[in-house]
Amino acid sequence: MAYAPSSTTSGIHLPDTARELVKILIAGPFGVGKTTLIDSVSEIRPLHTEERLSEASVPVDDLDGVREKSTTTVAIDFGRISLPGGIVLYLFGTPGQERFRALWEDISYGALGALVLVDSRRIDASFDVLGLVEESGLPYAVAFNSFPDAPRHHTEEQLRAALDLEPGTPLVTCDARDANSSIDALLALVQHLIDRDPPERR
Amino acid sequence: MTGRRGGRPLVPAYLSTGGVARPSRPQLERLTVLSGSGELAPAGLPAAQLALLDALRGGSLTVMEAAALLELPVSAVRVLAAGLVDRSLVLARAPIPPAERFDPDLLKRVADGLRALKHN
Repeated sequence: MAYAPSSTTSGIHLPDTARELVKILIAGPFGVGKTTLIDSVSEIRPLHTEERLSEASVPVDDLDGVREKSTTTVAIDFGRISLPGGIVLYLFGTPGQERFRALWEDISYGALGALVLVDSRRIDASFDVLGLVEESGLPYAVAFNSFPDAPRHHTEEQLRAALDLEPGTPLVTCDARDANSSIDALLALVQHLIDRDPPERR
Repeated sequence: MTGRRGGRPLVPAYLSTGGVARPSRPQLERLTVLSGSGELAPAGLPAAQLALLDALRGGSLTVMEAAALLELPVSAVRVLAAGLVDRSLVLARAPIPPAERFDPDLLKRVADGLRALKHN
């Protein structure tokens, strides 16, 4: 069947009270727990869109070159939380590798900020995403996803130094499988956004 | 990380829009809210546009959600939705009402809402 019949879409439609739709990016390398975090707090089962990496960067076909146009796709997971007062918060799982740059710009448009997930067992895997976030000017917080076998001997100063974080950038630890822990990480980001002044809306 | 779903849409994305690559309304964002206008769909509407209209019968959806449901790229849904808005079959609403775009309380209300969730 080409399309999902509408009978299976119940629960995905927006509540009638939805008035303001905002989004936060959950950014990080593959396997860091973006989908796990989204799943732990989302009111709908996480959905995903297939995004062609080439589409935003190739406005015109290049007929001269022999180079083949890339047709790589990447799945963007997203979830949704309805908050009191008609606010609907979307969480977009966003991969941060350099080759996603064009896609990143499209997805980050209008976002409140980004929560960058880091795996302390492979901190260097997050360098690309941190670079993209900083370049985009999007305010962000960093959350270490506490994998059971993650090293625990790093001090906060060491982690900050390894990631080259500004002193004002929040750094928290979270368990992406746990809803309350994930909400705390999101709150750390939102509080950071509130504390920043002047608030520059994109 | 998410594996690809096994099934693929029967209609490839590049055919779903009738070969149109750019939406007639560039302001459609991923979180633009799409709702059916209630107008009767004319005969001969392309299948992909009908599928989007059908998905909106149960209520409003964002561009992103419609893309996920229809298993189409966001870029294709933008083209489809823009075509339907041009025909007054679909209403498109910005993610945040323009008057509230700079509401300083918005972030505070997001934080309050998240805190309230934690007690569940």
